[in-house]
Amino acid sequence: MTNNLSIFDISGRAMSAHLVRLNTTASNLANAGTVSGSESTAFRAMKPVFRTVMGEAGQATVQVDRIDTSTTAPVKRYEPTHPLADKEGNIWEAAVDSAAEMVEMLETSRQYQNNVQVLATAKGLLSETLRLGQ
Amino acid sequence: MPSIDSLFGIHASALKLREQRMAMLASNIANAATPGYKARDIDFSAALQMSEDGQSPEAAIRYRIPVQPSLDGNTVELATEQTAFAENALAYRSSLSFLNGRIGTITRALKGE
Repeated sequence: MTNNLSIFDISGRAMSAHLVRLNTTASNLANAGTVSGSESTAFRAMKPVFRTVMGEAGQATVQVDRIDTSTTAPVKRYEPTHPLADKEGNIWEAAVDSAAEMVEMLETSRQYQNNVQVLATAKGLLSETLRLGQ
Repeated sequence: MPSIDSLFGIHASALKLREQRMAMLASNIANAATPGYKARDIDFSAALQMSEDGQSPEAAIRYRIPVQPSLDGNTVELATEQTAFAENALAYRSSLSFLNGRIGTITRALKGE
């Protein structure tokens, strides 16, 4: 499907996609230290997958296609005194790589800023065009 | 009587092309994190020539050749795109000021000052 995208559509939709990415990173970091009584209920990191939305004449914006769950297995730890420990005395720690999530957060915020900058420049140029001849 | 196109010269079509290029560079920046996205740009002088000849400038769209492509197939390099965007914005502004000058000249001629 082709549709005519304005520069505000392009940057605005990219900003909302990056906001989703920032939200999943925040959820991952918030759950980084959580433990669970079984492997299946342990928290696994989430990651959005972006997809290009094509417009007319080489224009394209981005949207979140789906949110994937990490395939990394939660870390099993033997801690029999833990209230959540199972019969064997094991607990599972959330499968979140805090360092990778921090890097992800930085990259997302930089790209969000980039899109804001594009939008601000485009807005400035268009309002200058409106004042043409005055 | 001269048409509005000959009144403003090449800057009328240049301004339109600059806006198209701005949207295209914005698309590249928007897709900086999309796997498999191929960055595109307009060959500006070719596009300007085409629109002067009355053709659609869409044939002047080219894929960007990346300096170092990333593993996920994305060819957007933010430094390149940002420089191109800044350069394009500046060129848009200069076209605008040329147009402004032209309008000023014609207005003064009309008023007979």
